[in-house]
Amino acid sequence: MQAMSDLITLARRFIEAIPHSRALGMVLQTLGDGRAVISMPYDLRFVGDPATGVLHGGAVSALMDTASGAAVMCHPAAPASTATLDLRIDYMRPATPGQSIVARAECHHVTRSVAFVRVTAYDDDQSRPVAMGTGAFTLDRPI
Amino acid sequence: MKRPEPVQQVKNRRDGALRQLVEGVPYIGFLGIQFDRRGDELTAVLPYQDGLIGNPVLPALHGGVTAAFLEVAAIIELAWSVQWPAMEAGTAPGPLPKTIDLTVDFLRTGLPRDAYARARVVRSGRRYASVHVEAWQDNRSRLYAQATGHFLMPPLTGDPAE
Repeated sequence: MQAMSDLITLARRFIEAIPHSRALGMVLQTLGDGRAVISMPYDLRFVGDPATGVLHGGAVSALMDTASGAAVMCHPAAPASTATLDLRIDYMRPATPGQSIVARAECHHVTRSVAFVRVTAYDDDQSRPVAMGTGAFTLDRPI
Repeated sequence: MKRPEPVQQVKNRRDGALRQLVEGVPYIGFLGIQFDRRGDELTAVLPYQDGLIGNPVLPALHGGVTAAFLEVAAIIELAWSVQWPAMEAGTAPGPLPKTIDLTVDFLRTGLPRDAYARARVVRSGRRYASVHVEAWQDNRSRLYAQATGHFLMPPLTGDPAE
């Protein structure tokens, strides 16, 4: 089990060092076994529609992409690194202004070189997702 | 015969309308995205900053930055093209379309330098629109990402249905 916790420590360090994730104030909540939960606080600088104060889709996409990459990095296959190949996001409703967004990503399948991810973003209302996504990521096996 | 409108007046009106469209969105300013205009043709420009990095080892732009950049380029192009006749008539730009979905295709690593994007409205109806957007860095023909998105159009002002 030591190897697994080392892996998670490594993945956590990798994620917390990402400059753009830091710029968006992302906080890693949980990580392990191909699953990652990352939150992003509400911030007026990330607003897309000043009339309503709703966050821009791009900020939510960045959070979902980060959570997806994190889920790949902590998969038991222990990839050396990863990059997004494809990401499709459905925006189901506007995020409620003032509330943090939490993205939950799951790396549900890996091949020798590709990882497949599902990701869902919520605000305080856990029963109605703000956005859902599916992604394909590169998977670089350790040499 | 009517005299043509003075060129500076035309430029001021178009640049002013574009500025209103772009500066109304805080997140566009946060990422530092700018728009270069030649007539009605827009090119979105994302000047490089260290805060846009997603992989410090390579280093490479964050996938989320690229997705957001493409989404912004698509929305502004769509609003700009749909509202062009009204803006030419002197009306201030209206609300922006809302993203329904966005599919991003990451073709190459985003290098730590400026990126450019141009969007094309493939279909624009009264309620829905489909937009394709391409992004590149050094060479226009070597795309580093592309995306297709569907958007919900804001109700037209003065639309009897509203």
